[in-house]
Amino acid sequence: MKRVDHAEASSKFIEAKDHAEFHDRRLWDLRTKRDRESEHLPEWEELRALASAIKEHTLSNLAGYLEQFERNAKANGMVVHWARDAAEHNQIVHDILHAHGVDTLVKSKSMLTDECEMRPFLANRGITIVETDLGERIQQLDDEPPSHIVVPAVHKLRSDVAEVFGRTIGTDPANHDVFYLAESQRRHTRPYYLTAQAGMTGANFAVAETGSFVVCTNEGNADLGANIPALHIASIGIEKLIPKIEHLGVFVRMLSRSALGSPITQITSHFRAPRPGTEIHVVLVDNGRSERLGMADFWYSLKCIRCGACMNTCPVYRRSGGLSYGSTYSGPIGVIIDPTFNLRKYSSLPFASTLNGSCTSVCPVKINIHEQIYKWREVIAERHQLPMVKREAMRMAGKVLASPPLYRAAVEAAAAGIEHLPRTLLYNPFNAWGRQREVPGAPRSTFRQWYLQHRARRP
Amino acid sequence: MSSRDFILERVRGNQPASRPLPEVPTFDRSLASPFEAYSAALERMGGRVSAAPEPQGLDALVRSLFPDARVFASATPEFAGNRALEPTTEPRDLHDVDVGVVRARCGIAETGSALLSEAETIVNAIAFLSQHLVVLLDPAAIVPNLHHAYRDPLFHRARYAVLMTGPSATADIEGVLIRGAQGIRSFTVIPLAAPVR
Repeated sequence: MKRVDHAEASSKFIEAKDHAEFHDRRLWDLRTKRDRESEHLPEWEELRALASAIKEHTLSNLAGYLEQFERNAKANGMVVHWARDAAEHNQIVHDILHAHGVDTLVKSKSMLTDECEMRPFLANRGITIVETDLGERIQQLDDEPPSHIVVPAVHKLRSDVAEVFGRTIGTDPANHDVFYLAESQRRHTRPYYLTAQAGMTGANFAVAETGSFVVCTNEGNADLGANIPALHIASIGIEKLIPKIEHLGVFVRMLSRSALGSPITQITSHFRAPRPGTEIHVVLVDNGRSERLGMADFWYSLKCIRCGACMNTCPVYRRSGGLSYGSTYSGPIGVIIDPTFNLRKYSSLPFASTLNGSCTSVCPVKINIHEQIYKWREVIAERHQLPMVKREAMRMAGKVLASPPLYRAAVEAAAAGIEHLPRTLLYNPFNAWGRQREVPGAPRSTFRQWYLQHRARRP
Repeated sequence: MSSRDFILERVRGNQPASRPLPEVPTFDRSLASPFEAYSAALERMGGRVSAAPEPQGLDALVRSLFPDARVFASATPEFAGNRALEPTTEPRDLHDVDVGVVRARCGIAETGSALLSEAETIVNAIAFLSQHLVVLLDPAAIVPNLHHAYRDPLFHRARYAVLMTGPSATADIEGVLIRGAQGIRSFTVIPLAAPVR
């Protein structure tokens, strides 16, 4: 499988200047709104500690909670399926649809189904899938994966959306008005809720004590899809479990505040049992999660509630765009999850970070994201997955840093170099450090020179 | 081995040593006026709070709020709509409803949410398929925050329970906020004490 080249993909993203600047600004705006909400709640840090502890408790007792969830969901009349991997998940969903004679499925946003690449699987078997979340629908119609786990089309401008809708759902491509575009999607999508034979959702939380699951959305699409057709399928990763209803208070209070800077999503739905005469099928999906649970350094990433706060705050994500990560999960959370799916394919991602730790400090469930990024770099170096240039640079740096005389000579040469080298040598395509930044001027003397002159000879 | 047993066995083999489950407090804070706090929170989320109706004036108030509406479907006996709602009503038959009317089980001051279940909606789709939703809320039925709301036994018995907080919304195109995404276009709360049962 081809290795994702994050740096190369990012450079393409940066070339589209208007897009790159808007992307950076929009995500920083989300981060700022999140800050206002968290500062407004005196118990914010206490909630984070609670959320982290509840998740760690659940994950360390996950088998028991999964059994409890299954028992209660079945007692409530839901059908529970288990899928080891993406292929089994897609097959189960297709079997359910096939058995019910479904040809059209209204689907709300679910990163898990993107992770499983379910859409092409079902489309190849003659099932029409209508993504109903506006951002996800834009991406589906443009035949692109989502670039952000909360706002899937955040890398597009209104003119791009107008072009996509003009080409696919018959809007006026010259009309870039956002109200017009959103209203057009509403009118285009609502009839599908009335004719589709099945609705599909993901889940933000699954509650063991009641066998219910919770879906947090804003557009009304998930609840239209779940409350009109007679069949509702929910795909749920096994890490979404929490023990009790009362724990929802902790997570729901933080989810939308962290994601969008609003105190709660417009709609927070709790599905415990099917309506009379209808069916709810839950598919519990592993797809690498149980294996990750056994990784001493990395299992904490399973605490993630998919709010996207780490992405919004990350300077690398904001300036490179989600598609440059080549995976369903991008940004800091993607960087630490993706290598568990395929170390070789995603070996460049842990280097798409400044290690500034901002992701860790905004994470509502206190995942030590930047520490995990650093640990992944170690794993990748140990398993010889570093690209040659980086490996050689690191080998040389290691030699120089290990030898004081070599280090001194290098520092003095570099200082002299910056001062006297012509600009074309510093700011050229071969020097990554000269791109998009001015190299600071070199001081007149190195610290060692200064120290020897002023301090070293004193008694 | 079934996938179920395979997954459970691997989870059991890989899960780290058990960590303790913390107690969750309710983070109580005194509110001078729960209804004012509720109203302020709801307005931030794009909902509106109407003035209380005159005695016997609910019908006139609702109709004055939606002068152009033709189809009213009510899930509460306090308001007589012109479209019947029964537990057996086919949800898609409600596609032409202009205004749905429900009574909330309670409100949440922290967020401005109204709690509804199938007991309050009769047909859940009424809260999403209608163009507009009117929610009757007893000012005495407001809990301070989500921790209190989740202590409601409703979550253990309702098939479906939903916290609705304002109209459906999206900001998926350039972050421009649109109220009235795919579900209801507006969400109006009318303060009105619940009838004594």
